[in-house]
Amino acid sequence: MKSQKYMNPYLAGFLLGLVLLGTIYVTGRGLGASGAVKSVILSTVTALAPEHTAGTPYLRSYEEEHPNGPLNDWLVFEVIGLIIGAFLSGIVSNRVGIKLERGPNITNRTRIIAAIFGGALFGLGSQLGRGCTSGAALSGMAVMSLGGIITMMAIFGSGYAFAYFFRKLWLK
Amino acid sequence: MGPLVPSILSNEFSLVIALIAGIGFGFVLEQAGFSSTKKLVGLFYGYDFTVLKVFFTAGVTAMIGVLLFGQIGILDLSMIYINPTFLWSALVGGAIMGVGFIIGGFCPGTSVCAAAIGKLDGLAFVFGSGLGVLMFAEGYPMFKDIYLSESWGALLINEQLGLSKVLFAFILAAIAFVAFYLTRQIENKVNRTTVQLPKSRIILYSSAVVFAFLVLTVVALMPDRNSRLEKKALQALQNTDFTPLQVPADKLAGEIVSNYYKINIIDLRNPVAFKSYHLPFAINIPVDKLTDRQWRTILDQKHKVNFFYADDPQIAKKGILLAGYLGKAENYLLSGSSSDFKKLFFDLTAPGADASKQEVNNYHFRNKAANDMKILQDALKNSTEPVVAKTSKIKGGC
Repeated sequence: MKSQKYMNPYLAGFLLGLVLLGTIYVTGRGLGASGAVKSVILSTVTALAPEHTAGTPYLRSYEEEHPNGPLNDWLVFEVIGLIIGAFLSGIVSNRVGIKLERGPNITNRTRIIAAIFGGALFGLGSQLGRGCTSGAALSGMAVMSLGGIITMMAIFGSGYAFAYFFRKLWLK
Repeated sequence: MGPLVPSILSNEFSLVIALIAGIGFGFVLEQAGFSSTKKLVGLFYGYDFTVLKVFFTAGVTAMIGVLLFGQIGILDLSMIYINPTFLWSALVGGAIMGVGFIIGGFCPGTSVCAAAIGKLDGLAFVFGSGLGVLMFAEGYPMFKDIYLSESWGALLINEQLGLSKVLFAFILAAIAFVAFYLTRQIENKVNRTTVQLPKSRIILYSSAVVFAFLVLTVVALMPDRNSRLEKKALQALQNTDFTPLQVPADKLAGEIVSNYYKINIIDLRNPVAFKSYHLPFAINIPVDKLTDRQWRTILDQKHKVNFFYADDPQIAKKGILLAGYLGKAENYLLSGSSSDFKKLFFDLTAPGADASKQEVNNYHFRNKAANDMKILQDALKNSTEPVVAKTSKIKGGC
């Protein structure tokens, strides 16, 4: 069985907009993703090495602000939902399976290293920029936040600026 | 009226909402093809602009929806979380994210989405983003200066540009539609294709564009809920001789003394007048602020009775009409002005020797009421200081 085609991008965008609108209507804030990673990582560090957290001001203040841990975090639940939703969509469209996608000229190993490295940069940047493409850029745009829109332009502007230098990763 | 959390739905229940919202989010992202790194990166090399199309359509849809909900009056825009603006952290953080995007081929949400359907590169990216978060936490002292500098607060872009929200939405929607058209040309050029849209598609897309602008026009022309209520109140004042139920000062004083916890006394005058004198236990809600969300709970306490005064019959009538539209509590008007009330109870002069029995009785009643009110006020000073509205701020962001 072949996997099905992707949804029309405008229809998908419209549906995503409705999900975002519904979320804003019910909770007063938009969607996010990197915040959940933050919640899980920082809480794990604290659980594994409480002394370390006690000695690191940033971790300590995060712990004090979020005393209930990741299982009480809105974004963690949202991302658990995201995993479920994406998996369901994968099943519906027959796209589930262990796979690795890469540019034509690089090895699997390079792809994995690049993904980890890129992820690390994105993770770091999202902390500095107070949100990622979902939390800052998309949700920020929906509520007309100046900061969100600046972040969005910075992300995509820098992506275009550096695309040339990393073209070997993606193009023939 | 939204947002429903935390005033209508509890925070625990909001976790269920989080799960549902996430499922919708993940399903749509995956359906759109955001689990495929090549599709995402296509944006930067011009062969696939799916990201821009989905992203912009979603942003414009949600933005128009938020404006429409706000104008209808089912969503309080002042309660929505606005990401604060920190100029340097937004720029530098965004730039770092952009590099991460082009190297890693994902962003956090899409990488989770890809990992969920078994993409190993997605999983690697998620792992990497965890490392990045940790790096930031450990190296915080190093980033602190950039992180906290140029803090401008929760600014709105339309206000910075001096535009109304609707006008900004118009412009952004127009930019989006132009971008959709242009990126299509670029895609054709880069991929060396000449895909022409079928006529039915063109009609469909054009009607969607027209619909978006139509909704925005409706938002622009429709008065918001508060001005609709104001208008209704003004019309009622002109067309009917509305007389609110009046309560004499003595009765109100009696209520204060014996039932202070069951009543609200609402001063509709301006804050200056309120400050110079106000009735014991009075809350100041200037009549033009009456529709603010923060007073909703006061106007709608079923087990309490509201007593209004304004020293101006028109303002008082308008206030009581509005209060009637906004809440379900019983509303009464104090007959006479606040200075009458003050004279009656707190500038009391003892009746002369030739006073009637009624006058003597009144004097004793008012004297006692005044004393009781003072005692009550002193005793309850801390709990009845002018109510400072506690609007719980919604936290959000990534």
